Amino acid sequence: MQNFPHQLDDLDRKIIAATQDGLPLVPEPFEVVAQQVDAPTEEVRSRLRWMLDQGIIRRIGVVPNHYALGLNANGMSVWDVRDDVMGKLGKRVGELAFVSHCYSRPRHLPDWPYNLFAMVHGRKRAEVEEKVAVIARMLGEASARHDILYSTRILKKTGLRIAA
Amino acid sequence: MKDISLDSTDRWIINSLQGCFGLGERPYRDAAEQFGLSETDLIARLERLIDCRALSRFGPMYNAEKLGGAVTLCAMAVPEERFDEVTEMVNAHREVAHNYARSHKLNMWFVLACENPDGIAATIAEIEAETDLQVYDFPKQQEFFIGLKVEA
Repeated sequence: MQNFPHQLDDLDRKIIAATQDGLPLVPEPFEVVAQQVDAPTEEVRSRLRWMLDQGIIRRIGVVPNHYALGLNANGMSVWDVRDDVMGKLGKRVGELAFVSHCYSRPRHLPDWPYNLFAMVHGRKRAEVEEKVAVIARMLGEASARHDILYSTRILKKTGLRIAA
Repeated sequence: MKDISLDSTDRWIINSLQGCFGLGERPYRDAAEQFGLSETDLIARLERLIDCRALSRFGPMYNAEKLGGAVTLCAMAVPEERFDEVTEMVNAHREVAHNYARSHKLNMWFVLACENPDGIAATIAEIEAETDLQVYDFPKQQEFFIGLKVEA
């Protein structure tokens, strides 16, 4: 999958800077953003539409806070999936309700045989393990082995930051 | 931390409003319809969900790579006695966005976000030189989904 950098102009960057922490919770949020970036509301909405179409914005909506929602056990499940079925099975794993991120990544043999990463959230480790068992059944023989890496400490966490 | 008590409508909102928020003039009014809520009610619920930290925020989620940047996941096997020292060295790089200790021989996992792909290789080389440890690079090849449903 290729990622092409998109040419963003000053107004795009201002819109991103004004909205990356969230949209105003008022009846006409784009009107407020437009005032902040000093552009017509129509222009702001069409730029946001364009960024959505280009995938620059993944989505617009709620961003749940897993930890505050009581999902304290965060397990990175990793799988050694047969390459020829990765596309099909990765998509099915990604569609599971309890999987928040799902990517294929390279193996580093012999130390690291896993090529599918699926982040699983649960209230307790036992719950994460039950969910991982669901993935194991789904993948069946296509996955030779798997492991779960629990996060034991957050060492650093900063969000995406773009300057205006 | 404030107490989080979610009713079924809150959960419905959290699960159903992860994408597809409109870009109309009155997007909250448009979105409120599916929940049988008024515009004012939906805004008040979102305010409360953010206030009690059930939500980190409400709005667009930007894709760093599409902004011209490059992102990758890295891991290191750090000897336990050097863990704090190496954490400090790694975190000192502004390119390190998230860093987690994890239960595995590869016990430190961090995300690098750089302005361009060359920055990734350069940062990895710097961290390897500073720590004298190998950095395993796990760039994503395919992305299958990003989202999470909260069980009702």
